[in-house]
Amino acid sequence: MAHEIEAIQDPGIPPHVHRKADTDPVAAKQAERQVAILFLLSAFGTILFIVSYIAIPDDIFVFIPVMGSTNAHQLFLGLGLAFSLFFIGMGAIHWAKTLMPDTEVTVQRHEFRSAEEDRDELVKTAKEGAAAAGLGRRSLIKRSLGLSLGLVGLSPLLLLRDLGPLPGDSLTKTSWKAGTRLVTDPGERPIKPEDLEVGAVAQVLPAMLPGQDHRTLANIGKDAVLLIRLRPEEFNLDAERLSWTHEGIIAFSKICSHMGCAVALYEQQTKHLLCPCHQSTFDVTRAAKVLFGPAARPLPQLALALDSEGYLVAKQPFNEPVGPSFWERSS
Amino acid sequence: MLLVLALLAIGTTFSVASATPNKSAIALARSAAIEEGKQIFLKGCSSCHGLNAEGGAIAPSLIGVGAASVDFQVATGRMPMADMSTQAIRKTPVYSPEEVAALAVYVASLAPGPEIPGDELLNYERDGSVAEGGELFRNNCAMCHNFAGQGGALTQGKYAPTVMGVEPVHIYEAMITGPQSMPVFSDKIITPEEKLSIIKWIKFAEAEPALGGASLGRVGPVTEGLLVWTLGIGMLIGVAVWLAMKAR
Amino acid sequence: MTARERIAGNVANYVDERTGAAAWMKKNLNKVFPDHWSFLLGEIALYSFIILLLSGTFLTFWFDPSQREVVYEGSYQPLSGLKMSAAYASTLHISFEVRGGLLMRQIHHWAALFFMVAIVVHLLRVYFTGAFRKPREFNWIIGVGLLTLGIVEGFLGYSLPDDLLSGTGIRIAEAIIQAVPVVGTYLAFFAFGGAFPGEAFIPRIFTVHVLLLPGIFLALITVHLMLVWYQKHTQYPGPGRTEKNVVGYPLFPVYMAKAGGFFFVVFGVTTFIAAVASINPIWLYGPYTPGQISAGSQPDWYMGWLDGLVRMAPPLETYLFGYTISWNILIPGLIIPGLMFTGLALYPFIESWITGDKREHHLLDRPRNVPNRTATGAMALTFTLVALINGGNDIIAQQFDLSINQIMWFSRIGIIVLPPIAFVVTKRICISLQRADRELVLHGKETGRLVRLAHGEFIEVHEELTPEKKWLLTSHEQSGPLELPEIDKAGVRRTDAIRNKIRSRMSVANAEVAPKVSAQDLKEIEHH
Repeated sequence: MAHEIEAIQDPGIPPHVHRKADTDPVAAKQAERQVAILFLLSAFGTILFIVSYIAIPDDIFVFIPVMGSTNAHQLFLGLGLAFSLFFIGMGAIHWAKTLMPDTEVTVQRHEFRSAEEDRDELVKTAKEGAAAAGLGRRSLIKRSLGLSLGLVGLSPLLLLRDLGPLPGDSLTKTSWKAGTRLVTDPGERPIKPEDLEVGAVAQVLPAMLPGQDHRTLANIGKDAVLLIRLRPEEFNLDAERLSWTHEGIIAFSKICSHMGCAVALYEQQTKHLLCPCHQSTFDVTRAAKVLFGPAARPLPQLALALDSEGYLVAKQPFNEPVGPSFWERSS
Repeated sequence: MLLVLALLAIGTTFSVASATPNKSAIALARSAAIEEGKQIFLKGCSSCHGLNAEGGAIAPSLIGVGAASVDFQVATGRMPMADMSTQAIRKTPVYSPEEVAALAVYVASLAPGPEIPGDELLNYERDGSVAEGGELFRNNCAMCHNFAGQGGALTQGKYAPTVMGVEPVHIYEAMITGPQSMPVFSDKIITPEEKLSIIKWIKFAEAEPALGGASLGRVGPVTEGLLVWTLGIGMLIGVAVWLAMKAR
Repeated sequence: MTARERIAGNVANYVDERTGAAAWMKKNLNKVFPDHWSFLLGEIALYSFIILLLSGTFLTFWFDPSQREVVYEGSYQPLSGLKMSAAYASTLHISFEVRGGLLMRQIHHWAALFFMVAIVVHLLRVYFTGAFRKPREFNWIIGVGLLTLGIVEGFLGYSLPDDLLSGTGIRIAEAIIQAVPVVGTYLAFFAFGGAFPGEAFIPRIFTVHVLLLPGIFLALITVHLMLVWYQKHTQYPGPGRTEKNVVGYPLFPVYMAKAGGFFFVVFGVTTFIAAVASINPIWLYGPYTPGQISAGSQPDWYMGWLDGLVRMAPPLETYLFGYTISWNILIPGLIIPGLMFTGLALYPFIESWITGDKREHHLLDRPRNVPNRTATGAMALTFTLVALINGGNDIIAQQFDLSINQIMWFSRIGIIVLPPIAFVVTKRICISLQRADRELVLHGKETGRLVRLAHGEFIEVHEELTPEKKWLLTSHEQSGPLELPEIDKAGVRRTDAIRNKIRSRMSVANAEVAPKVSAQDLKEIEHH
């Protein structure tokens, strides 16, 4: 279809239009001065930078509209550097635009495809080389070469084995055992039921073992628990889960079952827990059942009991792995 | 003789009656405040909260919420609620401080509840620690109110408001009363001294100048991305267009 | 000969006698580059990369890539006495005790954002003008590679300070790794040297961020630029410009001055923004611990679409024979991004398959003249934009008093419904613009001057287009659709019949355009 229609002709590159500075020496001088001013602005910027670095103390704050109260040292250091760089650029560009030749140049492209003789030469050289190497005929060499190269490629992978331990059952275990006391985070204070009012929450960790003075972040990342107190009649739980609560106090793993962020946003009126990362919403009255968002599983619930001194303890470890899902997780 | 006895009787009665002048003056003042509070309540609050503050379909019961709740809700202007929308917004208070105090006394008289913390309890400069307050804030508050206390979204259009520009007493009261969606932070879980640390940190953050430049709202990468896509690339494309334009 | 000329001559002689440089310098100093502002977008990315190298090297002199626990004893009061990793503490040190440290941190981070913005804008320019066609398909693939690696490099970079916000991002990355079927837990434990967060991750990503990826970037960028150099830059259609020439300015002095100057401009603008706008205020976020989280936690913008996809994913998991497959993580986190980037990388080949066009192209397309490609691009952009907006749904809800639940539903439905709408609307707009061009060529430009003719009729005076403008509006190609047979000469259905059918249908849709004006049309008008 296209070749039947006669196309409009290419009129060619339009005639060159000269700039003022090309023909008028006064305009050229003016352009030169403008370029010089731009370069001088850059020099000023560098001086501002040096002076700021040396002379402005770093605890003074100045008020700039829109920005607010800003650190003067930081601001003038930055502005000085910015000026010094920006105006060199602007000077160079203005110089090119106004004074350097702007006549368009036309150059022919060359074809990429190599000449036929070159291509034939290459094929001939390649074939001769391959024949000389004898790979084609000597299949034993070819196969054993393939085997040895393949094996060599595998060996570095083996070196990566010690990047980390095997997961083992690490993902299924936390520090919570039967009788572990719940303590406030931070503060390490054990908690009695009467310490919590209805509607109260507490960020909770398992009490440290005797002799332990420090928790690793890996421990916190599995052990963090949220304690919430409701009225017992507000629960909508089966008998077993209800037995894991104590006088309206219920405990959940704080590590989101979706991707592991801390779920601690408790809406007291709706009794919902919201994870701020991806907006998964859990219903506390129904054992953290997922109401909205991408989480597929409820938060694991920690069974609570009282110890002999009246402090809240875990009745047993979590009955399922906490945190995000993984292949080996059976539910 | 009768006159002397009568005078004696009157004098004794009067001296007994005025033996504890402070107590009865206080009791009198208190009952006056309760009455004043009750009148304000009946006029401005009972239509939603019930004539006896027993609550109803559209508003919760106020029995047992304590003076602290009233002070928080009314002195921050949240109550009376402007419209029955998702949650009460902080706005210009309708009632004067005296009226708020009267309302608080009235509601507190209905049943025991959290009290308004006195000034002695609020000396966060002396009793609080900024660093500890920051840790506590990030542990207990940042998940709703954001790392810099700028506020955050809750479900269904509710939100945790900014904690910037709030009176220390109201911050304290919010923690102990758990207004609306906010949970309660009991004194054994976050001790009064820890609460003061939180307040001290909030005040410090409020006063903290923009250390690196304009803070862009202190909400994180979203506003940073917006700036680079508007002002940032806009400036650079502007220069690029100028660069490629033919000079006059 | 002046003294200067003599010295220059001696230097040149010294170098040339050892390298033979004169020959290729002579050729290349005169190399011609076409001039258009949209050709500078790739340069913004290149210069941002150089700025990143310079500012990043500065930062490595003070940064301690270690997760060992230290107690903060620096000058920032609100963190005084707190336990944190050495990485976080050293970043605080750079921010508050090293003069110019915070400025450099901000230059580095803003430059990273600029780098990604420039890559995306450059990609859009290359895509919508068809610069990826033969012989530049390989360069396109390198570009997609640079985009992908840039996203990873940026993520690793802002995760180095080990603050609460970036640590949360790493937690999410770990959850994605862990969710991979069969080997996920092993990969996660190997990457982190044990359970999350461990103490091995920050030191390891430091090596990747500072050594491995910059090295790969340098290699890829070099090949990318060498290909542009060797294949010569494309140019926009216009008078005097053909597939067989390049019209522009020589490298020395014009292009060097402009491009070199532009480097300083990019550096200057980046520094200006770093001086006046705060970015990544890690002292406010606090050190990372898995027990804390902030409302409104987002990754940097170039990963926002990924966050948005993860947020809107339906809560799907299957449990089979004691194993879990987390579709709610795999689909938005790995499968969809994999499809997106693969589709992007393969696009030049997909398009040449549809059009059957195997020729070299050095003249760019005006987007309106290739409606299908432009509409496809608009569709892809809409998809990415809905995902990106959903990534910030809690910030948007907070700012504009909306509900995150409603925004989420809007995104879930919108991401399926809006892209096809964008396709149809964009295609129609392109074809309308083609018709408008046709009108312009045939009837000239409306001048707004009204003339009343003798017999009372009002007409608007139209000014005929210049020959150059006419050429610009009609020089594009309009080849018809491919005609691919399904039945061969003997009357038997071909083995590739279905492929041909699909290809034909797509080719027909692709070829839908408003016919351009021909010389015959113009002649007819003249006789009008």
